[in-house]
Order: sequence, then structure tokens, then C-alpha cells
Amino acid sequence: MARTASKSLFTADLIVPAIGDAFRKLNPRELIRNPVMFTTAVVAVLLTVLLAVGQDGLAAGFKLQLVIWLWLTVLFGTFAEALAEGRGKAQAASLRATKAELTAKRLKGDGDAHESVAASVLKMGDVVLVQTGDLIPADGEVVSGVASVNEAAITGESAPVIREAGGDRSAVTAGTRVISDEIRVRVTVNPGQGFLDRMIALVEGAERQKTPNEIALTLLLVGLTIIFLIAVGTIPGFASYAGGSIPVAILAALLITLIPTTIAALLSAIGIAGMDRLVRFNVLAKSGRAVEAAGDIDVLLLDKTGTITVGDRQATEFRAVGGTSQAGLAEAALLASLADETPEGRSIVVLARDKFGQTATALPAGAEVIPFTAQTRVSGVNFNGSTIQKGAVDSILRAYPAAATTAAATELRRVSDEIARAGGTPLAVAKDGELLGCIFLKDIVKAGIRERFGELRQMGIRTVMITGDNPLTAASIAAEAGVDDFLAQATPEDKLALIRKEQEGGRLVAMCGDGTNDAPALAQADVGVAMNTGTQAAREAGNMVDLDSDPTKLIEVVGLGKQLLMTRGALTTFSVANDVAKYFAIIPAMFVVLYPGLGVLNVMGLATPQSAILSAIIFNALIIPFLVPLALKGVTYRPIGAGPLLARNLAIYGLGGLLAPFVGIKLIDLAVNGLGLA
Amino acid sequence: MTLQGWILILAFVGILLALAKPMGLWLFALYEGRRTPLHTVFGPIESSFYKLAGINPNEEQGWRRYAVHMLIFNAALLLFTYAVLRLQGVLPLNGLGYAGIGADGAFNTAVSFTTNTNWQWYSGEAAMSNLSQMLALTIQNFLSAATGIALAFALFRGFARREAKGIGNFWADVTRVTLYLLLPISIVYAIYLIASGVPQTFAASVDVTTLEGVKQTLALGPVASQEAIKMLGTNGGGFFNANSAHPFENPTALTNLVQMLSIFSIGVGLTYTFGKAVGNVRQGWAILAAMMIIFLVGVTIVYWQEAAGNPILHNLGIAGGNMEGKEVRFGIAASALFSVVTTAASCGAVNAMHDSFTALGGMIPLLNIQLGEVVIGGVGAGIYGFLLFAILAVFVAGLMVGRTPEYVGKKIESREVKLAVLAIAVLPLIILGGTAIASVLEVGLAGPLNKGPHGFSEILYGFTSAVGNNGSAFAGLTSGTPFYNGMLGVAMWIGRFCVIVPMLAIAGGLAAKKYTPETAGSFPTTGPLWTGLLVGIVLIVGGLTFLPSLALGPIADHVAMINGQTF
Repeated sequence: MARTASKSLFTADLIVPAIGDAFRKLNPRELIRNPVMFTTAVVAVLLTVLLAVGQDGLAAGFKLQLVIWLWLTVLFGTFAEALAEGRGKAQAASLRATKAELTAKRLKGDGDAHESVAASVLKMGDVVLVQTGDLIPADGEVVSGVASVNEAAITGESAPVIREAGGDRSAVTAGTRVISDEIRVRVTVNPGQGFLDRMIALVEGAERQKTPNEIALTLLLVGLTIIFLIAVGTIPGFASYAGGSIPVAILAALLITLIPTTIAALLSAIGIAGMDRLVRFNVLAKSGRAVEAAGDIDVLLLDKTGTITVGDRQATEFRAVGGTSQAGLAEAALLASLADETPEGRSIVVLARDKFGQTATALPAGAEVIPFTAQTRVSGVNFNGSTIQKGAVDSILRAYPAAATTAAATELRRVSDEIARAGGTPLAVAKDGELLGCIFLKDIVKAGIRERFGELRQMGIRTVMITGDNPLTAASIAAEAGVDDFLAQATPEDKLALIRKEQEGGRLVAMCGDGTNDAPALAQADVGVAMNTGTQAAREAGNMVDLDSDPTKLIEVVGLGKQLLMTRGALTTFSVANDVAKYFAIIPAMFVVLYPGLGVLNVMGLATPQSAILSAIIFNALIIPFLVPLALKGVTYRPIGAGPLLARNLAIYGLGGLLAPFVGIKLIDLAVNGLGLA
Repeated sequence: MTLQGWILILAFVGILLALAKPMGLWLFALYEGRRTPLHTVFGPIESSFYKLAGINPNEEQGWRRYAVHMLIFNAALLLFTYAVLRLQGVLPLNGLGYAGIGADGAFNTAVSFTTNTNWQWYSGEAAMSNLSQMLALTIQNFLSAATGIALAFALFRGFARREAKGIGNFWADVTRVTLYLLLPISIVYAIYLIASGVPQTFAASVDVTTLEGVKQTLALGPVASQEAIKMLGTNGGGFFNANSAHPFENPTALTNLVQMLSIFSIGVGLTYTFGKAVGNVRQGWAILAAMMIIFLVGVTIVYWQEAAGNPILHNLGIAGGNMEGKEVRFGIAASALFSVVTTAASCGAVNAMHDSFTALGGMIPLLNIQLGEVVIGGVGAGIYGFLLFAILAVFVAGLMVGRTPEYVGKKIESREVKLAVLAIAVLPLIILGGTAIASVLEVGLAGPLNKGPHGFSEILYGFTSAVGNNGSAFAGLTSGTPFYNGMLGVAMWIGRFCVIVPMLAIAGGLAAKKYTPETAGSFPTTGPLWTGLLVGIVLIVGGLTFLPSLALGPIADHVAMINGQTF
């Protein structure tokens, strides 16, 4: 699924099916999920019936128009929802195409014997063989073999990734293609519950359940509806006191304009669009609740490597000790690193060439490489009868116990401490047991990350850097990157403890992780983003999965969560503020027959009572499609702190909501009269 | 409008704001159950009460128990008051020999005083014996006020406590508030009133010969003791029918100012107490600021309208402001101010007849009550009503900062929203429903004295005042009928307890919640923006509901007055 973020909202292939769905959604059983729109529909039905039988002295043409606009109000609401769902469906369709053609080679017993079956019959525990060119038929774990897999169908990233048995790279996803070698995969999900199935259901909005905040908002809207039902329902009594009566059609019009139809119509579209934005961003939330929680995050736990610093450390300096010259150290370091294909090793070669004029590009003939092993923890080269080795300071000193007591060793320790304090990693170099000095490997903090953390701070979010480095190094990088706190020499247990501690203080915590040992912390965190490259355990534990496996995205995810909540709040405020103008349109029109003097309340100078009522109801209906783009795109979120943000949004949606309908209703009134509709 | 009038209004506001902190601190001590200097005097009485009743004041009650105990207490008081009023004819201290009150009247009055409404369908001096005034009414003045303050404490605890099960002990709250706050202030206050000329005697009446040589019987009684708590506890039920317009209730300009201040004093103090309870006094000041803005706008409108007077009278050659129904001793400014104070708080005492105000001048007191009397409000009831609006405001606008709404460290979720809406919706349901019923029934239409929109205002005001537990009246409504006594009695009970129970449920739920620390991303609830938002929500949610009824009542009335139309 490639990114299609810039796809237009209103293309014909989205709108046409949405219109059909809008009518299908008039089904009362579906409509009642939205009580405000249900009320509107009931009123519309009532007026339609009255249209045929009612005798209330109103012109039939006027009543017909009211009925039409009431039905349009309902339809605009269902259309907004259908359109939001439609955008998801378009994405789901391509996923489903992938799913349809999957077949599996299910293994019989331990041998190579296998049968060809449809992917849909695979059960949890089945083992399948996937060979070069095959699509992986179901989510599972590699039990043997290693293969490179193209996961573009899921992530949109065409570079293949390695999947192998054991370790943190063993999870595979249905619909991805093995492009070399073969693997055996144990299926870990039952039919219909796989990653692909879940994605399809989520983007389609089929599995959508109301989130806690959405439920609370719905309750508020129901409450407001009841209050306005009371306000409107008592008017006939009051009118009777004044010696008159108000036609039901007019009361119905007042009720529908007062109840919060605008936000109610857009509420589910906002929720669907919020999830959709996340999917377009290649992050898959397992529930809407997780997206909301993202907006509430107080503490962000970020892994240092890959998020705060560029993944690889770079050599920036040679620090010689004892009698060694810098050039001598550079030469030794170069020789020890020529065979080292790690990014760090390559950066040492680059530094030695650029700064110290070393020219060697390949190991001289006869040189013998000493590979890095977990036991010795040093690497190097045997060359011309001498041995050059590099490694962590402690490892080198352990390799040469005799050198550990020399003056050079003391100096080496001092230099390495200095490097650590400056945020670097010291790498010691020794030649034939003689300590030459240290290479300064520096963590490179990502460009612009400091500003990002500044923004987060303004949003009230504390950032905590998680690193395996020692506290000295961690403190230095933390200061350079501008994080608020750090956890050094962090173990998965430390991470979990930190999350628990923050949560006990009432704060919500977000983190990302990929390894199996991250799973408990991912599950404990309020928002746990698992990397798609991570293990099945990690992906199960988190409540979001980042298909691009980019930990930096955690920051954007928080922004998207906030945007979802803001959009809801802004449109609710707008909807409620609208009522003032609607009152000023309808009250004078309704009561002027009882007390002609009440015409003074007609501050908009609307032409006739009938056109005033019609204009209010038309405005109330048209504002829904007018706001659909905003509901689907979301209110712009700026990281400027809650105070200024509130001031801004209150000015736009509160004050704007108060004033806009005065202008809108007046304009519609002019049009209604110009066209002779009332 | 005169300079003198504005000086009075500004002096009133100034003194009031100065009172907020000391009163708030005193209330905070009672909220916390701390020892006060008065414990040396009343401490033994307090503990003997607990011993006698077998109550452990330190036992925490969950919201359900708190609510049930509060309801039992109020039901018992209701029955007691009803019995005293019914049996008044055979009870002592009945110098003028009044008969027992009828069933519907006694029911109405018992509910009225238990709910801190103090709606009076009768004239105190012409229906109530001194015993009824003291035993049935004055005691209720204390205990209904103490109940209100206790409930506010319970809600404060909901906001302030973290992961707690209890919201305090109802009996301890009521006892402490009565003994250490209401009683001592009332004693000093009553002595001041006596010194100013308010009667305090068991004599039922005195005969005097007027300057014209006519013999006149002046009703007397223990007025000062009832007057003090009537104001302090925002009760408002006068000893005399004329209420605070009567020279025996409110003899001087100074007592008038003191009375107005005493109506607001506890309510203002409670805003400070709230801030203190939730650990940030600015939270309290923000609420007080929002209340004062609505209050001052109201005062300005009433004063302006009353000073402008009635153009119909102007055309008849009678210049000046509207003095109909006002005490000449107080004049327009003091009457306008008093009317807004008494309706903003759920007091209901009056020093002028609201019925005789100009249409818009009378609309503000009406609107004040319709907003839920959250502008300072009744003791306790004002702040807990206002906090319900704050919950709604936080919920609607709080989302706009991109977080789940929080208020003073507590997340506002579906349960809070549901209960707050429930509590807030009760008001329009009973006010508008009752008015609509009275508007179509003959028994209802028999009530209003005036015709046209003004008569409608009288009915509307009656139901509004009852549901809002205010008790003031557009005096034109003849309400001592079984229909109105019954309807308004039920309205008062629902208006009080159908708000309280959901409110306590909110308190219980909030107390159990975790505390969410404030960050730069939290919704700011202390600055001017928040204050403005609160004003907006109170006016929109509270006010819009009533706009149709106001249009057909005071606004139509006003337009008619401008056009020179009479009914």
C-alpha cells in the first residue's frame, strides 16, 4: 500500500458510491447509532406525513421545501460518513486483491512433502513452505531458513528485508513476497484474524467502535437535544397563553436548527478520517482508543539510536596516548578497520584518509583479519608479524593484562572518560600489547531533532531518551539533543519500571519498540508503537504498528491524535455557537404573529417570516457538506502550547461559529427571496 | 443613573472581593475539619452531638451513602416542618391565634424551607405564629444552608482527592458548618440588626397610634434572629410579607448594604475555598471572575432600565426612573443591585417588588435564576451548579487543545458529562414544563394578576423561582392555591435534589479518579480565556434554552412598553 496522502477528497469515484451509501445508511437500525441524526430523521418523517394530511395554514410549497431540506440534513450526515468510509474502502480494495490470490504450500510432517491449499484454510500452528517468488500466505513466524522478503505490499517500501528463524526478525506478514531463498513459516493466526484482515477491517471502518471520548461527546449531544426538545416542546403551551398557536412544521424547523446536527452529522466521519490519516501515514492503530490516547500523551520514551541520533556512530578524532603520534594511531586504526564493514569501521577509514593522509584502500597481501567475537569483543588484523586490535577500552585492557598497569593505561582511561563525557564512545587501539590511544566515535544527533523536542515541550510532552550507553555518554547526548530526561544502561525491565512509575503519577506514556523483550513495556505503555520489522510478540503487544519501522514517527502520531480530538472539539463548539444566530432568525419569525412588536428581534432583517425559517434550515443543512472537507482533513494542529492553541481555535470556531451563521443565513435569505422560494 | 448609585455598586463589589479570601479560608478550615478558635466554645457541643447520635465524624462516606444520609435528613426535616405548621393552632407562642396551615400550604412551605427556596405563598405576619417562624422556618434556614455548603464540600473533595473512595461525612459537614460558621455569624449579625432597629421579641404585636391619629397594629416577633440567617444562608423567606422592603426587616441604608453583602459572602468565599481545595487559588479566582462579569452586566442592565423608567409614564408627564414597587428609602440603585444580588444568589429576599420593575429590568432577575443561580449562587448550591457548567465548558472546548478534557487534574469523561447534562437539563424541564402546563390550564391561568406578556412573566417567574430554589416572586402571581402550592412544591423538591444527586455522583466518580498533572499541553483553566469561555457556556447552554419563553414574556412586554401598548 503506497502512500496516497495527497489524493483529493472529492473525486467522482469516491463521491458516486458515497451517494448510494448515504441512502443505504438511512436504515433506522444504523441511524439510531447517531441519536441526533435519528431525531432529525424522525422529525423529517413526521413532517412528510403532515405534508399529506396536515391543515395548518402554511403554504404547501413552503412545507415541501422544509421537508426536502430536513431530509437533506439527514442525507448530508450519512453522506459524510459514507465518504469517509469510502476513502478507506479504496485502500482496502487493493489489499483485498492481494489476499484473494494467496495459496499455501502446507507441509505434511517434517519432510519436504507438501500440499497446495488456499490460504484461507490455514489454521494456527500449520507450517508452510515459502519459496523464492511465493507470496507468504499467512502471518507467522519463521521456524527455519532465512530469506529476503519484499514487504512493499504492506509498507510501501520496496527495499527487501531479511527474515530469519529466531531472534527479532522472525515475523512475516501475509501478502509479502519472498524474493530469495526459502523459509518455513509457522502460522500464528486463525483465518480472518491476520494482519491483512485486520487492516482491511480497520481501513473500511467496518470494525469501528465508538471511542470513549466519542461516547462522551455523543452523550453531550443527546443531552443538548433533550434540552432543546424541552425548549421547543413547551412553546405550544406558551403560545396558547398568548392566544395563538404555532404550526408544527415551524416548531420542527426550530428544533432541527437548534439540536447539534452539524457535529452529530460529522462525528463519525471525523473518527474514521482520523484513523485513515494514521493509515496513510503508514501507522496502523489497532483501535480508535489508541489514537485518542496518543493525543493525551504526557511522556514520550524514545530510543536513542535511530530516533534521536542517526543510527551509526562516526569516528571524529584520534586521541593518542603514551609516546604514540596521532599519525601512528591513525595508521594503526586504519589497518584495524579496513576489513570492518560496519558503518563505524568505515567512518574510521574515512577519517584516517581525510585527516591523516592515509592512502591504503585494501588490506595488504598476507594480512589476516581477526574477526570480532562475542568472547574477545575485539577485532583487528595480523600483519607483518604484528597484531593490531581495536575494541572497547575494557575489552582491550582485558586482552592485554600486562598493559593495564602502565602509565599509558592510566592515560587511556582518562582519555576514554573524557570522550564518554563528551557524548562519544571510546574505542581503544593496541598494537602488539602496546596501548596506542582511543578513537572518538561520536553519536550524531539528527538534524532538527532539538527543535522537535522544543515543540513537544511546548505541547506539554516530556521526552525521555532510552539508551544502553553509560550515564556519562547518555547525559551528554541528552543535553545535545535537548531531551528532558534519559534512562542510561536501560534494560527492558528498567523501561517497564519507568513506564509504571510515570503512569502512577497520572501521566500517559508512549513508546516504540521492536524486540520480544520490548513486549511487556509495549503492552504497558498507553501508546505502544511496534515496528513492523519487529517480532510477532512485539507487534501483538503494541496498540499501533508502524509499517515503515521508523521510530521517529511516534512524534507525528501524537500530533495526529491531538488533531483528531481538536477537530471534534472545534466542530462541536462551532455547532453550539451557531444556535445564537438561528434563534435570532426563527424566534421573531415564529412569534411575530403573537406579538408583532417582536419583529425587532429580526436583527438580520430577513425578508419574511417564512424565508427566515427556510433560510435557517437551509443554512443548517448546507453547513454539513461545507464542513466535510474540514472534518476529513482535520483541524490544523500547531505545536504552540495549550493556551495559544485554545485562543486560536476559540477565535476561529467559537467566535466564527457565533458570527458565520448571521452572514450565511442573511445571504441565503437574499437568495431565497431572489428566487421567489418563499 | 447617578454617580452615587455607581459608587454604591462599586463599593459593594469592592467589599465583596475583599471578603472572598478571609471567608474562603474559614470555610477551608471547616472543609478540612481543622480545629478553629471557635472549637473551644462549640467543640464540646459538636462532640456531644456526635455521641448522642452515634456518629463517627471521621468515617468517610462514599457518594451513595452521603446522598442517602443527606436525603433522609432532609426528608425528616420536611416532615417535622410540615407537622409544626399543621399543628400551629394548638402549639404555644401563637399570640395572634393563627389556625394551623392547610395541607397544600403546609406542604408547599415545608418543601420551600427545606430546599432553601423560601418561596412564600402566605404573608408571614398574617399566617405564621412566632413558634412556627422560629421552630419550623428559622431552623430550616440554618439546616438547608448547611446542607448546601456540605454538598459543595463533597464536590470539592471529588475534585481534590485522588483515588479515594469517600467524599467526606455528611453529618460532620452539616454540624461543623452550622456550629462554626452559620451560628456564630448569625448571632453577631442579629445583634447588629437589633442595634439598627430590627425587633427581637416574643411579643406578637404592638398597637400604635399613627400621626393621623389612626390606631394600627404592627406585627412583631423574633425578627432579627431570622433575618440574619435569611440573608447569610441565602434563604430569603421574610418574617413579613414585604420582606426586606419592610422597615422592621431592613431599617437603614447600612443594613441594606450589609444584607446584600451577607447574601453573597459565603458564596464568594466558597470560590476561594474551591481554589484552595484543589491546590491552586487561581482556579477559584477564575470562577469568581466569570461570576462577577455576568453579575455586573446584569446589574448594569437592571439599573439602566429602572433609571430610564417607563416611556408610557413619561408621555403622561411623569418624569424620572421607575419607582413603582420600590422603597423610597432605598431608591433605584440600591433596589436594582439588591434584585440582581438576590436572584444571582438563590436568596429570594427582596427589597423591591420585581413584578413592578420595567420589563427588561425584571427579565434579568428572571434570567439569573434560569441560568441556574450560578452567579455566586445559593450557599453551596451556586458553586456546585457552576462547577457543573465548568465540566461542560471543559468538555466542549477542552477538546480544542487536542487532549481528553481535564479539569483541575481530573479527566472529564462520559460519566461526568452524562451526569452534568442530567443535572442541568432538570431545570428547563421543570421550569418550562410547569409554565407550559400552567399556561394552558384554567387553574394556572387564574394565578397571574396581569394580562398579556407580563402575566406570562409572572407564571414563568413563579416556576423559575421554585425550581431554582430562589423563592423571590413576581408578586403578581396569586400562588396560594392548591394548584400552585402543589406544583411549585414538587418543582422545588425536584429543582433541589435532582441536581444534587447527579452532582454527588460526579463527586464520587471524580474522587476515585487518578490525578493528571498539569502540563503546558493541559487546558488552561485559570486565565481570562477560561473566564470568558465560562461566561459564554453559561449564557449559551443556560440561556438559549429559555430564549423562547423570555421572548414571549419580558421581551414582548418590553416591546409593548416601547410601543405604548398596554394590556
